[in-house]
Amino acid sequence: MALLTKKDTNLILDPLTDNNPITIQVLGICSALAITAELKASVVMAIAVLFVMGLGNVVISLMRNIIPAKIKIIVQLIVVATLVIVVDQILKAFAYELSKTLSVFVGLIITNCIIMGRFEAFALANGPWRSFLDGIGNALGYAVILVIVGFIRELLGSGTLFGYAVLGDPIAKTGLYATGYENNGFMIIPPAALIVVGIIIWVQRTRNPALVEEN
Amino acid sequence: MAINTDKNIYTVIFAAVMVVVVGSLLAFMASGLSSRIKENERFEKQQNILYAMGVNDNVEDGGVSFVGTDVVENEFSKYIKKQLVIKGDSIIDDNEAYLIDMKRQLALINKGETPELPLFIGEKDGEEYHIIPMYGKGLWDAIWGFVALDKDMVVQGVFFDHKGETPGLGANINQRYFMDDFTGESILQDTRYAGIDVAKGNNDPLNERKDDNKVDALAGATITGDGVSAMIKQSVNLYKDYLNKVREN
Repeated sequence: MALLTKKDTNLILDPLTDNNPITIQVLGICSALAITAELKASVVMAIAVLFVMGLGNVVISLMRNIIPAKIKIIVQLIVVATLVIVVDQILKAFAYELSKTLSVFVGLIITNCIIMGRFEAFALANGPWRSFLDGIGNALGYAVILVIVGFIRELLGSGTLFGYAVLGDPIAKTGLYATGYENNGFMIIPPAALIVVGIIIWVQRTRNPALVEEN
Repeated sequence: MAINTDKNIYTVIFAAVMVVVVGSLLAFMASGLSSRIKENERFEKQQNILYAMGVNDNVEDGGVSFVGTDVVENEFSKYIKKQLVIKGDSIIDDNEAYLIDMKRQLALINKGETPELPLFIGEKDGEEYHIIPMYGKGLWDAIWGFVALDKDMVVQGVFFDHKGETPGLGANINQRYFMDDFTGESILQDTRYAGIDVAKGNNDPLNERKDDNKVDALAGATITGDGVSAMIKQSVNLYKDYLNKVREN
């Protein structure tokens, strides 16, 4: 028996394309706008969300039959917050440098609506294994957009990738800058992310008209 | 057995059990790991102070690189000759001055009480450094750092860090290309402790003018930059009396 049935594979692959959490479900936009000025921050955030989503979905799925409907949102919040704090504490004790890099993201993960959205929409109605795959899939879908946006913004805004100058030195005017090219300062500020995400949505819907909502 | 999860009594019990489980899990983790975390934080503070006075593993064109945690305690006692605590007019030696929490001391000032201000005297290659801790507000949360001054009040190095500034923007105050700019600037303007302004559009991106009390700001991080300016100014003014004495000698 295959480890993943076709349905299972779709749980992972769909969020990467036609059911992308950011461009189609419009979840997790806030963090996609806030932290994508650099590629490195995008990748760190994506990994952190991957971990919390995978694990959180499993925990919620295991508890799905005993969670009281009246307080289910609170229960979900507690699960995310606990997971995030546990991870943060362990990193602080054993990988202090990494925990400092991540510290900014901790608050952002707890409030990331992708996580709450997938708990609500999937984990509460499905078994742990499928929920785990769904969590991983959506986190990857989120990661793809974050990395694309981070790549474009860092390249055009700062002329670097992962902090390495790839277009030359803007101050000493070497490389591409020698030809009169300038960094676009607009790309570093959050509105630029909105425009980049908008362009991605546009391209995606042009390629697949089935995604366009009917009025 | 089917449980009726809609009953109020069930909801209350569920919530209570959840609180106990989560609470004990977190408490268990926190107490189990606290000694390691405290040690890490202590090392970090020593690394930061040493970094400001130029004791670090930085290489040309590289990123920020502290002395290793395995050697930091030795390096700290080797380079930091004296740790002082300034309380009002009295100055005492205290080998644990670096553990003083600046946030708490600033809160005392706001209440009108006398704070205990730590100050570190470092020595490297015959040069004496007066290292002042700083603490202030960025855009989202706390920012802090250390500034190392020579006897003429010229900055010999700084270190900044932050709790929650925007990644890619304000968070870059702890990057070398920002911190390195401060070296060589004076915190004095005539006899006034003016600090150093993080200035937008001062037409000096390479920071070649070292006499203008200004460094080039970070794009997209106006409020964090203003926070840094305010923090430096406030901190050096707290140590005004001490610094005056240093200059007279």
